[in-house]
Amino acid sequence: MKNLLQTGQRWGRTWGPLLGIVVVAIALLVVAPAVLSPFRLNNLGKYVCWAIAGVGIGLAWGRGGMLVMGQGVFFGLGGYAMAMHLKLEAAMATGGPDAVPDFMVLYGDGTMPGWWEPFRSGTFTLFAVLVLPAIAATILGFAIFKRRVKGAYFAILTQALAVAFATLLVATIKQTGGFNGLNQFTQFFGYNLYDPVNKKMIYSIAAVLLVVCLVVVWQLYRSRFGELLVATRDAEERVRFLGHDPANIKLVAFVVAAVMASIGGAMFAPITGIVSPSDVDATASIFLIAGVALGGRSLLLGPALGALAVGFGRTFLSESFPDQWTYFLGLLFIVVILFFPSGLGSAWSQLSARLRPKETVR
Amino acid sequence: MFESRARHAMGIVLALTAALGLSACGGSKSGEESAAESCVDTSGDTVKLGFLNSTSGAMAISEQTVRDSLVMAAEEINASGGILGKKIEPVLEDGASDPAIFAEKIEKLLTGDCVAAAFGGWTSASRKAMLPVVEAGNGLLFYPVQYEGLEASKNIYYTGATTNQQIIPAMDFLQSQGVKTLFLAGSDYVFPRTANKIIKQYAAELGIEIVGEEYVPLDDDDWTTQVAKIVAAKPDFVFNTINGSSNVGFIKAYYEQGLTAETTPIISVSIAEEEAPAMGKDVTGQYAAWNYFQSVPSPANETFIEAFQARYGADRPTSDPMEAAYASLYLYKALVEKADSFDVGEINAAADGVSFDAPEGTVTIDGDNHHIAKTGLIGQINADNQFDVVWSSEEPIEPDPFLEGYAWWDPSAQ
Repeated sequence: MKNLLQTGQRWGRTWGPLLGIVVVAIALLVVAPAVLSPFRLNNLGKYVCWAIAGVGIGLAWGRGGMLVMGQGVFFGLGGYAMAMHLKLEAAMATGGPDAVPDFMVLYGDGTMPGWWEPFRSGTFTLFAVLVLPAIAATILGFAIFKRRVKGAYFAILTQALAVAFATLLVATIKQTGGFNGLNQFTQFFGYNLYDPVNKKMIYSIAAVLLVVCLVVVWQLYRSRFGELLVATRDAEERVRFLGHDPANIKLVAFVVAAVMASIGGAMFAPITGIVSPSDVDATASIFLIAGVALGGRSLLLGPALGALAVGFGRTFLSESFPDQWTYFLGLLFIVVILFFPSGLGSAWSQLSARLRPKETVR
Repeated sequence: MFESRARHAMGIVLALTAALGLSACGGSKSGEESAAESCVDTSGDTVKLGFLNSTSGAMAISEQTVRDSLVMAAEEINASGGILGKKIEPVLEDGASDPAIFAEKIEKLLTGDCVAAAFGGWTSASRKAMLPVVEAGNGLLFYPVQYEGLEASKNIYYTGATTNQQIIPAMDFLQSQGVKTLFLAGSDYVFPRTANKIIKQYAAELGIEIVGEEYVPLDDDDWTTQVAKIVAAKPDFVFNTINGSSNVGFIKAYYEQGLTAETTPIISVSIAEEEAPAMGKDVTGQYAAWNYFQSVPSPANETFIEAFQARYGADRPTSDPMEAAYASLYLYKALVEKADSFDVGEINAAADGVSFDAPEGTVTIDGDNHHIAKTGLIGQINADNQFDVVWSSEEPIEPDPFLEGYAWWDPSAQ
């Protein structure tokens, strides 16, 4: 009997998360496209981009204990890399292979900085979306973790980085479009961006990427690395005494989270048609964190579902109460943080944990 | 055992996901236009119009005034019989000061609510985010704020000033004052950069020397160093293209370092009746360039102010963007009535020459670039934080967003 129970629990631990991922995949890839209007599906696509970044935050923060308050930076690296390519694609479609983006002609002297040049290539852009944030996060993470910066100091540092990044973008109008950001794309790797069929395709790509990211973190959580990451979160010194370098463990989680944020950002550009400093600044970074906190940061599906829920809540509340919606959203966060500090996803286990002692007394 | 099974399962999930994703692909390549079907339904006795302004976030303080003015205009039009006999049914949305939200909401208004036209946007970022969506859906957007020009869309009507109706008149005014040296102070974003590019080229034409050009990031309040440069340069005038609350820091530093309206006056393009009392210093004697002031003497303006203050409170001033928003709804009514249709194509075909006796004076639509002819005004702030009009263009200025009629303009020069 006891053996059977153990087997059942083990079965649940192994297959439960997989079942969850399959349900999410079916909901996003089969149900949603069938029932949602093109506009709502595109909105969902936007939330999916935040969810992709959220999965990474779940890894770094939920499992790794690093409160990454500046994921907007990596979201922005991916977003801007993709947006630069889309902007060049739009320019080249009308002005030939040497065309430069319209804003450089309008606000600058019509010459394009050299570092824009490689983004004419779609292959390079995809490569950049993955590698740029990885390099940035490695350098940054190395500097931070080797110096054993953690806790609130780490959070403030990453937050400051997001502020600096947005300020830099606003100040470089001729290179990045400044406050206006990059917009007015026309095509996505040759596909017309405003054709409903293509929009559905771009949504599907984002949804597939979210599922892939979920599978990746699921495997990481199951691996030796996942155990080490949690150990580092809970007792960094002990991990060090056991002969592991916690800095390296944290670095890997930080880099994976950065790459996922970048992928989310890269899909955000074609889905919303714009990437601007307000999508990557400190507020946007906190917004990413908020979804993860709401859903349950240390769970596998919590961060993704939380990000989707917050995105949906933002749209739903702002449409239903255009004048008061920010208060409702704020209230929702306060309630969740007060009563379910580990997120709504943990609400059930928290409630059952409260009920359990009674049973043991009996 | 579980491990290996799990790995198989993972492979299966990924393969399935890829298959599902691929099945959704098969889109059409660029060039194959898929014509957007309009879902606008005006067969009933109402017409839906979208009002999209930021009522939350950093821009809310400005955009709420535009919203108030649009709501009032809709109520007035409904009280006098509506548009083509149909009552306006406003659909309100919050742009949340975020360009991506503007893009989302305009699409919701056009494809979900099926509004016949949308009104709103403030920052150029918000307009540029909405532009491709409005064009793709062949909708209509009325944008009520003065901006940096260099744009024209068949799906947007620009009821605020373009640069040749605000910046160039301001320079003409400076020349009439005998100004020889000018200092440029602006926020570091698109509007001030573009305005200053135009100012520098026109100044060269007018023989005015630019003795300094300084930028501070949006919402940065520290102007101490830059104002010190103004003190050192001793210009005849300062051309201020600073946006929003950063003005407060600029004005503070300006007076603290001993500059005054008598010695080194400022001409601003974003300080209006709402902002003047909020500067924290007495700004009497400083100038601003707009196309409407509350003090404009016209029967239409008296009616507008009276109605606005009756609706929202006697202490509420009226300002240029509010007036441009108010005029935009009446212009839409005039457009629809001339076209005798709510159809975008028919409205555009009928657009040229449609006019409205706005509070600022008569405004007329240019059918080619969808901007409107407006009178350029320079006001001087008086002790009541109102503007005394000290200069005005002789007649309404035809809009020229790309400055094609100005021989000195070279867009590719720095």
